[in-house]
Amino acid sequence: MLGFLVSMPGAVAQGIIWGIMAIGVYLTFRILDVADLTVDGSMATGGATMVVCMMNGMNAGAAMLIAFAAGCAAGLVTGVFHTKFGIPAILSGILTQLILYSVNLRIMSQSANLPLSVDKYHLLLSLRNLPMAILVGGIFAVVLIALLYWFFGTEMGHSLRATGCNQRMAKANGINTDTNKIIGLVLSNGIVALSGALLSQYQGFADINMGRGAIVIGLAAVIIGEVLLGKIFKNFALKLIASVFGGIIYYIVITLVLRAGLNANDLKMFSALVVAVFLGIPYWRHKLAEKRTVKGAGA
Amino acid sequence: MLKVSGIYKTFNKGTVNEKRALNGVDLELKEGDFVTIIGGNGAGKSTLLNSICGVFPVDRGSIVIDGTDVTRLPEHKRAKFLGRVFQDPMMGTAADMWIEENMSLAYRRGKRRGLKWAITGKERSYYRYMLSQLGLGLENRLSSKVGLLSGGQRQALTLLMAVMQKPKLLLLDEHTAALDPKTAETVLNLSEKFITEGKLTAMMITHNMKDAIAHGNRLIMMHEGRIIYSVEGDEKKALTVDDLLKKFADISGEEFANDRALLN
Repeated sequence: MLGFLVSMPGAVAQGIIWGIMAIGVYLTFRILDVADLTVDGSMATGGATMVVCMMNGMNAGAAMLIAFAAGCAAGLVTGVFHTKFGIPAILSGILTQLILYSVNLRIMSQSANLPLSVDKYHLLLSLRNLPMAILVGGIFAVVLIALLYWFFGTEMGHSLRATGCNQRMAKANGINTDTNKIIGLVLSNGIVALSGALLSQYQGFADINMGRGAIVIGLAAVIIGEVLLGKIFKNFALKLIASVFGGIIYYIVITLVLRAGLNANDLKMFSALVVAVFLGIPYWRHKLAEKRTVKGAGA
Repeated sequence: MLKVSGIYKTFNKGTVNEKRALNGVDLELKEGDFVTIIGGNGAGKSTLLNSICGVFPVDRGSIVIDGTDVTRLPEHKRAKFLGRVFQDPMMGTAADMWIEENMSLAYRRGKRRGLKWAITGKERSYYRYMLSQLGLGLENRLSSKVGLLSGGQRQALTLLMAVMQKPKLLLLDEHTAALDPKTAETVLNLSEKFITEGKLTAMMITHNMKDAIAHGNRLIMMHEGRIIYSVEGDEKKALTVDDLLKKFADISGEEFANDRALLN
Protein backbone atom coordinates (compact mmCIF):
# COMPACT_ATOMS: atom_id res chain seq x y z
CA MET A 1 0.00 0.00 0.00
CA LEU A 2 2.79 2.36 0.96
CA GLY A 3 4.58 1.49 -2.25
CA PHE A 4 1.47 2.38 -4.18
CA LEU A 5 1.16 5.74 -2.45
CA VAL A 6 4.79 6.47 -3.15
CA SER A 7 4.26 5.81 -6.83
CA MET A 8 1.21 8.07 -6.98
CA PRO A 9 2.92 11.38 -7.81
CA GLY A 10 4.73 9.76 -10.72
CA ALA A 11 1.45 8.38 -12.03
CA VAL A 12 -0.19 11.79 -11.75
CA ALA A 13 2.69 13.56 -13.54
CA GLN A 14 2.69 11.04 -16.38
CA GLY A 15 -1.10 11.15 -16.46
CA ILE A 16 -1.09 14.92 -16.97
CA ILE A 17 1.44 14.66 -19.82
CA TRP A 18 -0.63 11.97 -21.52
CA GLY A 19 -3.75 13.93 -20.69
CA ILE A 20 -2.39 16.79 -22.81
CA MET A 21 -1.89 14.24 -25.57
CA ALA A 22 -5.51 13.16 -25.01
CA ILE A 23 -6.66 16.72 -25.65
CA GLY A 24 -5.13 16.38 -29.11
CA VAL A 25 -6.97 13.10 -29.60
CA TYR A 26 -10.19 14.70 -28.37
CA LEU A 27 -9.97 17.32 -31.14
CA THR A 28 -9.88 14.74 -33.90
CA PHE A 29 -11.87 11.90 -32.35
CA ARG A 30 -14.70 13.90 -30.81
CA ILE A 31 -14.78 17.20 -32.68
CA LEU A 32 -13.75 16.19 -36.21
CA ASP A 33 -15.17 12.68 -35.81
CA VAL A 34 -11.99 11.14 -37.22
CA ALA A 35 -9.74 8.53 -35.55
CA ASP A 36 -6.32 9.93 -36.40
CA LEU A 37 -3.48 7.42 -36.10
CA THR A 38 -0.83 10.00 -36.99
CA VAL A 39 -0.44 10.62 -33.26
CA ASP A 40 1.54 7.43 -32.74
CA GLY A 41 4.24 9.01 -34.89
CA SER A 42 3.85 12.68 -33.99
CA MET A 43 4.24 11.94 -30.28
CA ALA A 44 7.75 10.65 -30.98
CA THR A 45 8.36 13.48 -33.45
CA GLY A 46 7.68 15.92 -30.63
CA GLY A 47 10.05 14.08 -28.29
CA ALA A 48 12.80 13.69 -30.86
CA THR A 49 12.60 17.32 -31.99
CA MET A 50 12.74 18.49 -28.39
CA VAL A 51 15.88 16.51 -27.57
CA VAL A 52 17.72 17.41 -30.77
CA CYS A 53 16.90 21.12 -30.45
CA MET A 54 18.24 21.15 -26.90
CA MET A 55 21.35 19.25 -27.92
CA ASN A 56 21.94 22.02 -30.41
CA GLY A 57 21.89 24.63 -27.70
CA MET A 58 18.34 25.89 -27.81
CA ASN A 59 16.45 26.72 -24.65
CA ALA A 60 13.55 24.52 -23.58
CA GLY A 61 10.85 27.02 -24.56
CA ALA A 62 12.07 27.46 -28.11
CA ALA A 63 12.62 23.72 -28.46
CA MET A 64 9.04 23.04 -27.42
CA LEU A 65 7.76 25.57 -29.92
CA ILE A 66 9.66 23.82 -32.70
CA ALA A 67 8.40 20.43 -31.49
CA PHE A 68 4.87 21.82 -31.70
CA ALA A 69 5.51 23.04 -35.25
CA ALA A 70 6.92 19.65 -36.25
CA GLY A 71 3.75 17.98 -34.98
CA CYS A 72 1.65 20.49 -36.94
CA ALA A 73 3.58 19.59 -40.09
CA ALA A 74 2.83 15.90 -39.50
CA GLY A 75 -0.87 16.73 -39.13
CA LEU A 76 -0.72 18.74 -42.35
CA VAL A 77 0.59 15.72 -44.25
CA THR A 78 -2.28 13.56 -42.96
CA GLY A 79 -4.77 16.31 -43.75
CA VAL A 80 -3.52 16.63 -47.31
CA PHE A 81 -3.58 12.84 -47.79
CA HIS A 82 -7.14 12.75 -46.53
CA THR A 83 -8.64 15.75 -48.32
CA LYS A 84 -6.52 16.16 -51.46
CA PHE A 85 -5.68 12.51 -52.19
CA GLY A 86 -9.09 11.25 -51.12
CA ILE A 87 -7.58 8.64 -48.79
CA PRO A 88 -9.79 7.58 -45.84
CA ALA A 89 -8.75 9.33 -42.63
CA ILE A 90 -7.59 6.21 -40.81
CA LEU A 91 -5.38 5.10 -43.69
CA SER A 92 -4.01 8.63 -44.12
CA GLY A 93 -2.95 8.55 -40.48
CA ILE A 94 -1.32 5.15 -40.86
CA LEU A 95 0.63 6.35 -43.90
CA THR A 96 1.91 9.46 -42.11
CA GLN A 97 2.73 7.38 -39.05
CA LEU A 98 4.96 5.17 -41.18
CA ILE A 99 6.56 8.19 -42.83
CA LEU A 100 7.24 9.61 -39.40
CA TYR A 101 9.10 6.47 -38.32
CA SER A 102 11.76 7.29 -40.92
CA VAL A 103 11.56 11.01 -40.29
CA ASN A 104 11.96 10.56 -36.53
CA LEU A 105 15.05 8.40 -37.06
CA ARG A 106 16.46 11.12 -39.28
CA ILE A 107 15.74 13.78 -36.67
CA MET A 108 17.66 11.67 -34.14
CA SER A 109 20.52 11.04 -36.63
CA GLN A 110 19.51 7.39 -37.09
CA SER A 111 19.70 6.46 -33.44
CA ALA A 112 16.63 4.92 -31.84
CA ASN A 113 17.17 6.58 -28.51
CA LEU A 114 18.68 9.89 -27.44
CA PRO A 115 19.30 10.90 -23.81
CA LEU A 116 18.32 14.31 -22.45
CA SER A 117 19.80 14.51 -18.99
CA VAL A 118 18.41 17.00 -16.55
CA ASP A 119 21.97 17.32 -15.17
CA LYS A 120 23.26 18.64 -18.47
CA TYR A 121 20.34 20.71 -19.69
CA HIS A 122 17.95 23.18 -18.20
CA LEU A 123 14.64 21.31 -18.58
CA LEU A 124 11.17 22.50 -17.65
CA LEU A 125 10.33 19.28 -15.87
CA SER A 126 11.83 15.94 -14.87
CA LEU A 127 10.81 12.84 -12.99
CA ARG A 128 13.55 13.69 -10.49
CA ASN A 129 11.34 16.47 -9.17
CA LEU A 130 7.79 15.20 -9.25
CA PRO A 131 5.96 18.09 -7.57
CA MET A 132 7.60 20.42 -10.08
CA ALA A 133 6.69 18.07 -12.95
CA ILE A 134 3.06 18.01 -11.83
CA LEU A 135 3.02 21.80 -11.52
CA VAL A 136 4.58 22.41 -14.95
CA GLY A 137 2.36 19.81 -16.62
CA GLY A 138 -0.68 21.29 -14.90
CA ILE A 139 0.16 24.82 -16.06
CA PHE A 140 0.62 23.60 -19.63
CA ALA A 141 -2.71 21.80 -19.51
CA VAL A 142 -4.58 24.80 -18.11
CA VAL A 143 -3.11 27.28 -20.60
CA LEU A 144 -3.77 24.91 -23.48
CA ILE A 145 -7.37 24.35 -22.45
CA ALA A 146 -7.91 28.10 -22.07
CA LEU A 147 -6.54 28.71 -25.57
CA LEU A 148 -8.68 25.96 -27.09
CA TYR A 149 -11.75 27.19 -25.24
CA TRP A 150 -11.20 30.58 -26.81
CA PHE A 151 -10.51 29.14 -30.27
CA PHE A 152 -13.61 26.97 -30.34
CA GLY A 153 -15.69 29.97 -29.36
CA THR A 154 -14.60 31.89 -32.46
CA GLU A 155 -16.19 31.86 -35.89
CA MET A 156 -13.46 29.57 -37.16
CA GLY A 157 -13.80 27.25 -34.18
CA HIS A 158 -17.55 27.02 -34.72
CA SER A 159 -17.07 26.12 -38.36
CA LEU A 160 -14.62 23.39 -37.31
CA ARG A 161 -17.19 21.92 -34.95
CA ALA A 162 -19.87 22.04 -37.64
CA THR A 163 -17.53 20.23 -40.03
CA GLY A 164 -17.16 17.33 -37.61
CA CYS A 165 -20.84 17.30 -36.71
CA ASN A 166 -22.57 17.55 -40.10
CA GLN A 167 -20.54 18.01 -43.27
CA ARG A 168 -23.47 18.57 -45.60
CA MET A 169 -24.84 21.26 -43.34
CA ALA A 170 -21.39 22.83 -43.08
CA LYS A 171 -20.98 22.99 -46.84
CA ALA A 172 -24.51 24.33 -47.30
CA ASN A 173 -23.54 27.17 -44.98
CA GLY A 174 -20.45 28.01 -46.97
CA ILE A 175 -17.86 26.24 -44.83
CA ASN A 176 -14.82 24.75 -46.55
CA THR A 177 -14.86 21.37 -44.85
CA ASP A 178 -11.55 20.22 -46.37
CA THR A 179 -9.67 23.20 -44.99
CA ASN A 180 -11.26 22.71 -41.61
CA LYS A 181 -10.28 19.06 -41.46
CA ILE A 182 -6.70 20.04 -42.22
CA ILE A 183 -6.74 22.74 -39.53
CA GLY A 184 -8.09 20.24 -37.02
CA LEU A 185 -5.47 17.62 -37.83
CA VAL A 186 -2.66 20.21 -37.73
CA LEU A 187 -3.76 21.53 -34.36
CA SER A 188 -4.28 18.07 -32.90
CA ASN A 189 -0.88 16.75 -33.91
CA GLY A 190 0.82 19.93 -32.77
CA ILE A 191 -0.64 19.35 -29.31
CA VAL A 192 0.36 15.68 -29.37
CA ALA A 193 3.94 16.65 -30.30
CA LEU A 194 3.94 19.15 -27.44
CA SER A 195 2.99 16.32 -25.11
CA GLY A 196 5.82 14.25 -26.62
CA ALA A 197 8.21 17.13 -25.92
CA LEU A 198 7.05 17.23 -22.30
CA LEU A 199 7.37 13.46 -22.00
CA SER A 200 10.95 13.39 -23.33
CA GLN A 201 11.95 15.97 -20.72
CA TYR A 202 10.10 14.11 -17.99
CA GLN A 203 11.67 10.74 -18.71
CA GLY A 204 15.05 12.18 -19.76
CA PHE A 205 15.21 10.72 -23.26
CA ALA A 206 13.45 10.46 -26.59
CA ASP A 207 12.78 7.06 -28.08
CA ILE A 208 11.63 6.03 -31.54
CA ASN A 209 8.93 3.90 -29.90
CA MET A 210 7.73 6.43 -27.35
CA GLY A 211 4.48 6.98 -29.25
CA ARG A 212 3.63 3.39 -30.03
CA GLY A 213 0.01 2.84 -29.07
CA ALA A 214 -0.38 6.51 -28.15
CA ILE A 215 -3.75 6.66 -29.89
CA VAL A 216 -5.03 3.92 -27.58
CA ILE A 217 -3.86 5.72 -24.45
CA GLY A 218 -5.32 8.97 -25.76
CA LEU A 219 -8.65 7.32 -26.50
CA ALA A 220 -8.61 5.62 -23.12
CA ALA A 221 -8.10 8.99 -21.41
CA VAL A 222 -10.88 10.63 -23.43
CA ILE A 223 -13.30 7.79 -22.76
CA ILE A 224 -12.47 7.40 -19.07
CA GLY A 225 -12.96 11.15 -18.70
CA GLU A 226 -16.34 10.97 -20.42
CA VAL A 227 -17.58 7.95 -18.53
CA LEU A 228 -16.60 9.29 -15.11
CA LEU A 229 -17.19 13.01 -15.56
CA GLY A 230 -19.42 13.30 -18.64
CA LYS A 231 -22.57 13.67 -16.55
CA ILE A 232 -21.25 16.71 -14.67
CA PHE A 233 -18.83 18.24 -17.19
CA LYS A 234 -21.00 19.61 -20.01
CA ASN A 235 -19.06 22.75 -20.91
CA PHE A 236 -16.37 22.44 -23.59
CA ALA A 237 -13.49 23.50 -21.34
CA LEU A 238 -14.67 21.06 -18.68
CA LYS A 239 -14.78 18.27 -21.27
CA LEU A 240 -11.14 18.93 -22.09
CA ILE A 241 -10.32 18.94 -18.39
CA ALA A 242 -12.14 15.61 -18.15
CA SER A 243 -9.74 14.21 -20.79
CA VAL A 244 -6.74 15.27 -18.70
CA PHE A 245 -8.33 13.68 -15.64
CA GLY A 246 -8.92 10.61 -17.77
CA GLY A 247 -5.18 10.50 -18.46
CA ILE A 248 -4.36 10.77 -14.77
CA ILE A 249 -6.84 8.07 -13.80
CA TYR A 250 -5.51 5.85 -16.58
CA TYR A 251 -1.99 6.07 -15.18
CA ILE A 252 -3.17 5.50 -11.62
CA VAL A 253 -5.00 2.37 -12.75
CA ILE A 254 -1.94 1.21 -14.71
CA THR A 255 0.25 1.71 -11.65
CA LEU A 256 -2.25 -0.29 -9.62
CA VAL A 257 -2.47 -3.24 -12.00
CA LEU A 258 1.29 -3.35 -12.37
CA ARG A 259 1.61 -3.45 -8.59
CA ALA A 260 -1.02 -6.18 -8.55
CA GLY A 261 1.29 -8.27 -10.68
CA LEU A 262 0.36 -7.62 -14.30
CA ASN A 263 3.30 -8.31 -16.57
CA ALA A 264 4.51 -4.97 -17.97
CA ASN A 265 4.72 -6.54 -21.41
CA ASP A 266 0.99 -7.26 -21.31
CA LEU A 267 0.20 -3.64 -20.60
CA LYS A 268 -0.55 -2.64 -24.19
CA MET A 269 -2.95 -5.55 -24.59
CA PHE A 270 -4.65 -4.60 -21.35
CA SER A 271 -5.03 -0.96 -22.46
CA ALA A 272 -6.36 -1.88 -25.88
CA LEU A 273 -8.92 -4.28 -24.41
CA VAL A 274 -10.12 -1.68 -21.92
CA VAL A 275 -10.60 0.83 -24.73
CA ALA A 276 -12.39 -1.77 -26.88
CA VAL A 277 -14.82 -2.54 -24.06
CA PHE A 278 -15.55 1.12 -23.36
CA LEU A 279 -16.06 1.87 -27.04
CA GLY A 280 -18.40 -1.11 -27.18
CA ILE A 281 -20.60 -0.05 -24.27
CA PRO A 282 -22.66 2.62 -26.13
CA TYR A 283 -23.14 0.19 -29.03
CA TRP A 284 -24.36 -2.60 -26.76
CA ARG A 285 -26.63 -0.20 -24.94
CA HIS A 286 -28.15 0.81 -28.25
CA LYS A 287 -28.61 -2.84 -29.30
CA LEU A 288 -30.23 -3.66 -26.00
CA ALA A 289 -32.62 -0.74 -26.30
CA GLU A 290 -33.52 -1.85 -29.81
CA LYS A 291 -34.26 -5.38 -28.62
CA ARG A 292 -36.52 -4.05 -25.89
CA THR A 293 -38.40 -1.88 -28.38
CA VAL A 294 -38.98 -4.84 -30.68
CA LYS A 295 -40.26 -6.93 -27.78
CA GLY A 296 -42.50 -4.07 -26.68
CA ALA A 297 -43.93 -3.77 -30.17
CA GLY A 298 -44.62 -7.50 -30.33
CA ALA A 299 -46.52 -7.57 -27.05
CA MET B 1 -31.76 35.52 -61.03
CA LEU B 2 -31.05 31.95 -62.12
CA LYS B 3 -30.18 30.76 -65.59
CA VAL B 4 -29.67 27.04 -66.12
CA SER B 5 -28.67 26.23 -69.68
CA GLY B 6 -28.52 22.78 -71.20
CA ILE B 7 -27.29 20.82 -68.22
CA TYR B 8 -26.70 17.10 -68.44
CA LYS B 9 -25.74 14.70 -65.68
CA THR B 10 -25.16 10.97 -65.89
CA PHE B 11 -24.30 8.96 -62.80
CA ASN B 12 -22.07 5.85 -62.87
CA LYS B 13 -21.13 6.41 -66.47
CA GLY B 14 -19.98 3.30 -68.30
CA THR B 15 -21.28 0.86 -65.70
CA VAL B 16 -24.41 -1.29 -65.60
CA ASN B 17 -25.81 1.22 -63.12
CA GLU B 18 -25.51 4.09 -65.57
CA LYS B 19 -28.29 6.53 -64.86
CA ARG B 20 -28.96 9.56 -66.98
CA ALA B 21 -30.40 11.89 -64.37
CA LEU B 22 -30.49 15.20 -66.24
CA ASN B 23 -31.02 15.22 -69.96
CA GLY B 24 -30.73 18.80 -71.12
CA VAL B 25 -32.43 21.07 -68.63
CA ASP B 26 -33.00 24.75 -69.39
CA LEU B 27 -34.59 26.99 -66.81
CA GLU B 28 -34.64 30.69 -66.21
CA LEU B 29 -35.99 32.33 -63.06
CA LYS B 30 -36.70 36.01 -62.68
CA GLU B 31 -36.18 37.75 -59.36
CA GLY B 32 -39.07 36.91 -57.05
CA ASP B 33 -40.14 33.81 -58.96
CA PHE B 34 -41.33 30.95 -56.76
CA VAL B 35 -41.41 27.77 -58.79
CA THR B 36 -42.76 24.44 -57.59
CA ILE B 37 -41.34 21.27 -59.13
CA ILE B 38 -43.21 18.00 -59.49
CA GLY B 39 -42.39 14.74 -61.20
CA GLY B 40 -42.23 11.00 -60.65
CA ASN B 41 -39.50 9.11 -58.84
CA GLY B 42 -36.18 9.48 -60.61
CA ALA B 43 -37.39 12.35 -62.77
CA GLY B 44 -34.30 14.38 -61.88
CA LYS B 45 -35.87 16.92 -59.50
CA SER B 46 -33.34 16.53 -56.72
CA THR B 47 -30.49 16.13 -59.19
CA LEU B 48 -31.43 19.52 -60.64
CA LEU B 49 -31.35 21.17 -57.22
CA ASN B 50 -28.12 19.43 -56.24
CA SER B 51 -26.53 20.52 -59.53
CA ILE B 52 -27.39 24.11 -58.74
CA CYS B 53 -25.87 23.69 -55.26
CA GLY B 54 -22.73 22.07 -56.63
CA VAL B 55 -23.03 18.81 -54.71
CA PHE B 56 -21.51 17.30 -57.87
CA PRO B 57 -20.29 18.85 -61.13
CA VAL B 58 -22.56 18.67 -64.18
CA ASP B 59 -21.36 16.93 -67.36
CA ARG B 60 -22.38 19.74 -69.67
CA GLY B 61 -24.16 23.08 -69.57
CA SER B 62 -23.90 26.12 -67.37
CA ILE B 63 -25.46 27.52 -64.23
CA VAL B 64 -25.53 31.26 -63.64
CA ILE B 65 -26.84 32.77 -60.41
CA ASP B 66 -27.46 36.51 -60.36
CA GLY B 67 -24.93 37.10 -63.11
CA THR B 68 -22.21 34.88 -61.63
CA ASP B 69 -21.30 31.73 -63.51
CA VAL B 70 -21.10 29.14 -60.71
CA THR B 71 -20.79 26.05 -62.91
CA ARG B 72 -17.26 25.35 -61.72
CA LEU B 73 -17.46 26.73 -58.21
CA PRO B 74 -17.23 24.22 -55.33
CA GLU B 75 -20.28 23.71 -53.15
CA HIS B 76 -19.10 25.82 -50.21
CA LYS B 77 -18.41 28.80 -52.45
CA ARG B 78 -21.85 28.68 -54.05
CA ALA B 79 -23.39 28.62 -50.62
CA LYS B 80 -23.27 32.39 -50.35
CA PHE B 81 -25.98 32.60 -53.01
CA LEU B 82 -28.12 29.76 -51.75
CA GLY B 83 -30.40 28.90 -48.89
CA ARG B 84 -31.14 25.20 -48.67
CA VAL B 85 -33.55 22.95 -46.83
CA PHE B 86 -33.17 19.21 -47.28
CA GLN B 87 -35.73 16.44 -47.23
CA ASP B 88 -34.13 14.87 -44.16
CA PRO B 89 -34.81 17.14 -41.17
CA MET B 90 -31.55 15.93 -39.57
CA MET B 91 -29.49 17.16 -42.51
CA GLY B 92 -29.76 20.91 -42.27
CA THR B 93 -28.53 21.47 -38.71
CA ALA B 94 -25.61 20.38 -36.55
CA ALA B 95 -27.13 18.15 -33.86
CA ASP B 96 -24.35 18.50 -31.28
CA MET B 97 -24.41 22.28 -31.39
CA TRP B 98 -26.80 24.71 -29.74
CA ILE B 99 -29.62 26.50 -31.51
CA GLU B 100 -27.80 29.84 -31.33
CA GLU B 101 -24.57 28.23 -32.54
CA ASN B 102 -26.35 26.77 -35.54
CA MET B 103 -27.87 30.15 -36.27
CA SER B 104 -24.53 31.92 -36.01
CA LEU B 105 -23.12 29.46 -38.56
CA ALA B 106 -25.94 30.28 -40.95
CA TYR B 107 -25.69 34.00 -40.23
CA ARG B 108 -22.13 33.92 -41.59
CA ARG B 109 -22.98 32.07 -44.77
CA GLY B 110 -20.86 33.56 -47.54
CA LYS B 111 -18.72 35.58 -45.14
CA ARG B 112 -15.15 35.10 -44.00
CA ARG B 113 -14.85 33.23 -40.73
CA GLY B 114 -12.00 34.52 -38.64
CA LEU B 115 -11.00 34.61 -35.02
CA LYS B 116 -13.75 36.93 -33.91
CA TRP B 117 -16.12 35.72 -31.22
CA ALA B 118 -18.75 33.57 -32.92
CA ILE B 119 -21.84 35.05 -31.26
CA THR B 120 -22.25 38.60 -30.04
CA GLY B 121 -24.89 39.78 -27.60
CA LYS B 122 -26.55 41.85 -30.31
CA GLU B 123 -26.80 38.82 -32.56
CA ARG B 124 -28.34 36.81 -29.78
CA SER B 125 -31.30 39.15 -29.46
CA TYR B 126 -31.70 39.12 -33.23
CA TYR B 127 -31.76 35.30 -33.20
CA ARG B 128 -34.34 35.37 -30.45
CA TYR B 129 -36.52 37.69 -32.51
CA MET B 130 -36.15 35.52 -35.62
CA LEU B 131 -36.97 32.36 -33.69
CA SER B 132 -40.10 33.95 -32.25
CA GLN B 133 -41.38 34.22 -35.82
CA LEU B 134 -41.53 30.44 -36.01
CA GLY B 135 -44.08 30.38 -33.23
CA LEU B 136 -42.58 27.21 -31.78
CA GLY B 137 -41.25 28.62 -28.52
CA LEU B 138 -37.65 28.08 -29.60
CA GLU B 139 -36.76 31.68 -28.71
CA ASN B 140 -36.42 30.59 -25.09
CA ARG B 141 -34.15 27.68 -25.91
CA LEU B 142 -31.15 29.37 -27.54
CA SER B 143 -28.72 27.15 -25.69
CA SER B 144 -30.53 23.85 -26.28
CA LYS B 145 -28.75 21.27 -28.38
CA VAL B 146 -30.43 21.02 -31.75
CA GLY B 147 -30.31 17.22 -31.44
CA LEU B 148 -32.96 17.51 -28.72
CA LEU B 149 -35.51 19.10 -31.05
CA SER B 150 -38.22 17.25 -32.96
CA GLY B 151 -37.98 16.74 -36.70
CA GLY B 152 -40.47 19.52 -37.36
CA GLN B 153 -38.68 21.96 -35.09
CA ARG B 154 -35.37 21.15 -36.73
CA GLN B 155 -36.84 21.64 -40.19
CA ALA B 156 -38.36 24.98 -39.19
CA LEU B 157 -34.99 26.03 -37.78
CA THR B 158 -33.22 24.93 -40.97
CA LEU B 159 -35.67 27.03 -42.96
CA LEU B 160 -35.02 30.03 -40.76
CA MET B 161 -31.26 29.51 -41.13
CA ALA B 162 -31.66 29.31 -44.91
CA VAL B 163 -33.41 32.68 -45.16
CA MET B 164 -31.74 34.59 -42.31
CA GLN B 165 -28.91 35.73 -44.57
CA LYS B 166 -31.08 36.60 -47.58
CA PRO B 167 -30.26 34.05 -50.30
CA LYS B 168 -30.35 34.84 -54.02
CA LEU B 169 -32.15 31.56 -54.38
CA LEU B 170 -33.94 29.40 -51.82
CA LEU B 171 -33.95 25.67 -52.60
CA LEU B 172 -36.47 23.46 -50.86
CA ASP B 173 -36.01 19.77 -51.62
CA GLU B 174 -39.20 18.00 -50.51
CA HIS B 175 -38.59 19.66 -47.18
CA THR B 176 -41.94 18.66 -45.71
CA ALA B 177 -42.02 15.06 -46.97
CA ALA B 178 -40.58 13.51 -43.80
CA LEU B 179 -42.90 15.38 -41.43
CA ASP B 180 -46.32 14.46 -40.10
CA PRO B 181 -49.17 16.25 -41.95
CA LYS B 182 -49.78 18.92 -39.33
CA THR B 183 -46.10 19.79 -38.91
CA ALA B 184 -45.67 19.69 -42.68
CA GLU B 185 -48.37 22.31 -43.01
CA THR B 186 -46.74 24.52 -40.39
CA VAL B 187 -43.37 24.35 -42.13
CA LEU B 188 -44.94 24.93 -45.53
CA ASN B 189 -46.82 27.98 -44.28
CA LEU B 190 -43.62 29.33 -42.76
CA SER B 191 -41.86 28.81 -46.07
CA GLU B 192 -44.59 30.72 -47.87
CA LYS B 193 -44.37 33.50 -45.27
CA PHE B 194 -40.60 33.90 -45.54
CA ILE B 195 -40.65 33.77 -49.33
CA THR B 196 -43.44 36.35 -49.62
CA GLU B 197 -42.15 38.72 -46.94
CA GLY B 198 -38.55 38.50 -48.08
CA LYS B 199 -39.50 38.63 -51.79
CA LEU B 200 -37.26 35.60 -52.26
CA THR B 201 -36.63 33.69 -55.45
CA ALA B 202 -37.35 30.06 -54.62
CA MET B 203 -37.60 26.54 -55.98
CA MET B 204 -39.60 23.91 -54.14
CA ILE B 205 -39.76 20.23 -54.97
CA THR B 206 -42.91 18.62 -53.67
CA HIS B 207 -44.67 15.33 -54.14
CA ASN B 208 -47.94 16.93 -53.22
CA MET B 209 -49.65 18.24 -56.35
CA LYS B 210 -52.13 20.31 -54.38
CA ASP B 211 -49.24 22.10 -52.67
CA ALA B 212 -47.50 22.54 -56.01
CA ILE B 213 -50.57 24.29 -57.37
CA ALA B 214 -51.37 26.28 -54.23
CA HIS B 215 -47.89 27.75 -53.79
CA GLY B 216 -45.68 29.84 -56.04
CA ASN B 217 -46.25 31.66 -59.29
CA ARG B 218 -44.76 28.98 -61.54
CA LEU B 219 -44.85 25.20 -61.79
CA ILE B 220 -42.65 22.81 -63.72
CA MET B 221 -43.05 19.09 -64.24
CA MET B 222 -40.03 16.89 -64.79
CA HIS B 223 -39.75 13.47 -66.40
CA GLU B 224 -36.68 11.43 -67.31
CA GLY B 225 -34.29 14.29 -66.72
CA ARG B 226 -36.20 16.89 -68.70
CA ILE B 227 -38.68 19.63 -67.97
CA ILE B 228 -41.74 18.41 -69.83
CA TYR B 229 -44.26 21.00 -68.76
CA SER B 230 -44.01 24.53 -67.48
CA VAL B 231 -46.81 26.85 -66.52
CA GLU B 232 -47.13 30.19 -64.76
CA GLY B 233 -49.42 32.96 -63.67
CA ASP B 234 -53.19 32.67 -63.98
CA GLU B 235 -52.96 29.52 -66.03
CA LYS B 236 -51.16 27.87 -63.11
CA LYS B 237 -53.67 29.14 -60.57
CA ALA B 238 -56.48 27.55 -62.56
CA LEU B 239 -54.87 24.09 -62.57
CA THR B 240 -56.33 21.09 -60.79
CA VAL B 241 -54.63 17.87 -59.74
CA ASP B 242 -56.55 16.01 -62.45
CA ASP B 243 -55.29 18.48 -65.05
CA LEU B 244 -51.74 17.76 -63.97
CA LEU B 245 -52.17 14.00 -64.06
CA LYS B 246 -53.70 14.21 -67.51
CA LYS B 247 -50.97 16.54 -68.72
CA PHE B 248 -48.39 14.08 -67.48
CA ALA B 249 -50.01 11.12 -69.23
CA ASP B 250 -50.37 13.10 -72.47
CA ILE B 251 -46.79 14.33 -72.62
CA SER B 252 -44.91 11.35 -71.26
CA GLY B 253 -47.22 8.61 -72.49
CA GLU B 254 -47.08 7.03 -69.02
CA GLU B 255 -49.11 7.05 -65.85
CA PHE B 256 -47.76 9.31 -63.13
CA ALA B 257 -45.55 6.94 -61.16
CA ASN B 258 -45.37 8.39 -57.71
CA ASP B 259 -47.56 6.71 -55.15
CA ARG B 260 -47.15 9.46 -52.64
CA ALA B 261 -48.37 12.07 -55.11
CA LEU B 262 -51.50 10.06 -55.83
CA LEU B 263 -52.21 9.28 -52.22
CA ASN B 264 -52.23 12.96 -51.36
